[in-house]
Amino acid sequence: MAREYAKTHKEWEKPLTELEDNIAKLRELARRENDPIKRNDLNEKAARYQEQCDRFLNLMYRNLGDWEKVLIARAERRPYSLDYIQAISSGFIELDGDRLGFSDHAIIGGPALLEGRPVMIVGHQKGRNIQERQFRNFGMAKPEGYRKAIRLFEMAERFSMPVICLVDTPAADPGVESESRGISEAIAAAMLKMFELTVPSVAVVIGEGGSGGAIGIAVADRVLMQEYAVYSVIPPEGCAAILWRAPERAPEAAEALRVTAPSALEYGVIDGIIEEPPGAAHRDPISAAANLKEAILNALTELDGIGPETRKAARYEKFRQMGRFATLR
Amino acid sequence: MARWVSFEVLSKVDASAKGDFLQCQNCKKIIFSADFELGQRVCPYCNHHHRISARTRIEWTFDPGSFLEADLELSSVDTLGFPGYQAKLDQLREKGELADSVVTGTARLEGRPVSVGAADFSFIGGSMGSVNGEKITRALERAVDSRMPAILFCTSGGARMQEGILSLMQMAKTTAAVERCRANGVPYIAVFTDPTMAGVLASYASVADVILAEPKALVGFAGLRVSKQAGVGKVPDDFQTAEFVHAHGMVDKIVARKDLRRTLSGLVATLGGHLASTDSAEPIGGEA
Repeated sequence: MAREYAKTHKEWEKPLTELEDNIAKLRELARRENDPIKRNDLNEKAARYQEQCDRFLNLMYRNLGDWEKVLIARAERRPYSLDYIQAISSGFIELDGDRLGFSDHAIIGGPALLEGRPVMIVGHQKGRNIQERQFRNFGMAKPEGYRKAIRLFEMAERFSMPVICLVDTPAADPGVESESRGISEAIAAAMLKMFELTVPSVAVVIGEGGSGGAIGIAVADRVLMQEYAVYSVIPPEGCAAILWRAPERAPEAAEALRVTAPSALEYGVIDGIIEEPPGAAHRDPISAAANLKEAILNALTELDGIGPETRKAARYEKFRQMGRFATLR
Repeated sequence: MARWVSFEVLSKVDASAKGDFLQCQNCKKIIFSADFELGQRVCPYCNHHHRISARTRIEWTFDPGSFLEADLELSSVDTLGFPGYQAKLDQLREKGELADSVVTGTARLEGRPVSVGAADFSFIGGSMGSVNGEKITRALERAVDSRMPAILFCTSGGARMQEGILSLMQMAKTTAAVERCRANGVPYIAVFTDPTMAGVLASYASVADVILAEPKALVGFAGLRVSKQAGVGKVPDDFQTAEFVHAHGMVDKIVARKDLRRTLSGLVATLGGHLASTDSAEPIGGEA
């Protein structure tokens, strides 16, 4: 019998969030209670529920299916690029415009200091409410987003700044405007530019690594994924639509596509996985950011030890080796 | 020149003569098969460029007998255990016409050596999986190593879904190889043929030095089914055609099939003029 799948992260986490809400209510009641004995009772009750809640959370996150990871990667509460930039760096100044007539808000970027070191950060940005989501075009960049990224990569190269890319997009924008302005060329040109770089580059998939939209800014010396991020050649919905003409079978497609971080590591597509706090990044963004920062700094330290031309050649060789095939006699 | 049989005559033709005639996929008019072949499978009535196989493409474009196929032994594997993929591969292998969705090697164009690749839509929609990406990469590397121009004929629905993330990485890998061509002063020409889509368009295809396209070829980033899901509204009539992308500056020139050989050899002679091995007496390099 087919399994019942949640459609959104909110729906999937509902039992957990309901429990959490009730615990918060109990605590609030306890805080307002004047009778010390009753207050103690309420607090003990809350603690018991909390214990249950923690156990429940562990259980939920221990046996995650691929689809659940997709939901977590897409979660509204999940930290986005600007949240991480704020948490891990200082002095970030957002730069904008492709200098060809357009401005994009689904890819953001600019210089910042990472532990005092100048870096160029480029990342996809999603929105949390309706207005923000529209402004960010749901994290789907248009050609101008990739052309802005190219501009920033070039600037990083001129000023010897490492490039840090934060990848979090469902896909590149597929609309008429984007086609008119050459979304395919923009993505390919961004990859080409990243291959040209002699400065170190680190890309981290922090949420959705959505096909061409993601890879456009993800061909780095080191490519990492957060534990619950996903990376895929096609959205599971799109895959299900093509395979079975049934987008609602996306959970099955997610499994077939092997979209998770451990799979990407197994296939040699990424260099490492960044651990997330219990219950995923959105439950403890501060720890998640600390882990992210540490991983980026470690990668940069490693890359600093290699000469620019060697690094470039190694980057070529790394991507050159990707793919699995047989050689018949 | 070919003589075209009129529709009136054909409508009276006996059913037993079927096979000698076929119908244009676009305008549905009946065409005499021999004439159709002579016209390189372009409809004489509506100029519709019908899809052709990779081998036919190579045969029609390059000097007769000059093509030397490379990397025939590369074969796709079902790494992910993707539903139905192995069966599909077995079935295609049984047919035995193609090892995968692209045919690569070296050839000569009016005597000049070139590294060539031609995709074939009949093999899982010309999709780019590990083998396709590897062969395209090797073709571009061969061009760099032997200092000859690269010519790639694109036709593809995009990255091969059945190989998941590994297919996505072929976009990066092939684009890296284009960067090598650029850094080494080796010209690379792409020809968009019907259809050139998605992962292929958004990688090595779009960053060629020169991009040609066959008339009316479907060229676009998102397949219609994907676009619809994303809620893309009304689209222009010529949306995602060679003419549309040409009008928007993404393609250098729309070239009819019959003129492709001449245009390509002109580009090879000019852009590749600085390359050493232009003497037709020299053997063609590469491991082929």
